[in-house]
Amino acid sequence: MKDHPDQRPIAFEDFQVGATISSGTKRITTEEIVEFASEFDPQPMHMDEEAGMASLLGGLGASGWHVCAIAMRMFCDGFLLNSTSQGAPGVEHVRWKKPVLAGDTLTATSTVIGKRVSKSRPDLGFVTMQHHLTNQNGEVVTEMRNTGMMLLRGDGT
Amino acid sequence: MTLEEYLDIGVRLELGNHTFEADEIKRFAAKFDPQQFHLDEEVAARSVFGGLCASGWHTAAMWMKQNIAKPYEDNASQWSGPEPLPVLGPSPGFRDLKWLKPVYVGDTITYYRTGLSLRNHPRRPGWKLLTILAEGAGAGDDNVVEFTSSLLIDTGLQSAGQ
Repeated sequence: MKDHPDQRPIAFEDFQVGATISSGTKRITTEEIVEFASEFDPQPMHMDEEAGMASLLGGLGASGWHVCAIAMRMFCDGFLLNSTSQGAPGVEHVRWKKPVLAGDTLTATSTVIGKRVSKSRPDLGFVTMQHHLTNQNGEVVTEMRNTGMMLLRGDGT
Repeated sequence: MTLEEYLDIGVRLELGNHTFEADEIKRFAAKFDPQQFHLDEEVAARSVFGGLCASGWHTAAMWMKQNIAKPYEDNASQWSGPEPLPVLGPSPGFRDLKWLKPVYVGDTITYYRTGLSLRNHPRRPGWKLLTILAEGAGAGDDNVVEFTSSLLIDTGLQSAGQ
């Protein structure tokens, strides 16, 4: 990323291929794991400590969809809300590589791996990023690749 | 019943539907995706979307809710054996998630699950990898969300290659 001495939102021009954006850390609680699972993914290993221990997860584990939603919130707070983001048409892939267990602290890091200006809309660009969520042991728990849409500042800066 | 039949390979199963109301759209967004076009009707009206719409993660997570409500175990009564009932394990992930259209307040989305393929797991003897197509369709049967997901299947057999 280029430096931001001013308060202007981060625009397409600021994303540089190879640059890394940190979106901070978040601790995952039992309560939020159970709350999300109750609504969207009520499987025993996401709802109950003992069932989680007995499962392949090895503890009360967050739904993979919850982990994606948590990642989205981290990206929002990390950079998206202060950007010219116009949303995303989708996600190339998500890999749930290791369980996210209650008490884990996740760190979100995004690397810009590609960018291009829209052919049909010259004020809009596509930024492709590889995201990693790592836990407190430095293990990558979830890997995600997606392409988001960002408006150009368009003033040559 | 074969393992392929149990896992609905080649079958597009309607899971159920859900109508997205303003309150839940905002509640999900406030927690996970606090972009203004998911939170505020007036801002949303002036945005590219033209109206309050659900976070894409919300419409995708809703597929999971509908999916869990229609477990493969519903087919268990037709399982004739002698092999053990397959056990569905965790998902290693998904790919090609597409948010094709915005989901606005009051939209009813019908969710589907289609079994695409079943193959031996490359590293785990006795395990297979199930690939499924997940879809959510709105008015006119146009998909608003879709993705290709996979699921580990424990066949309970030493060699699943037979």
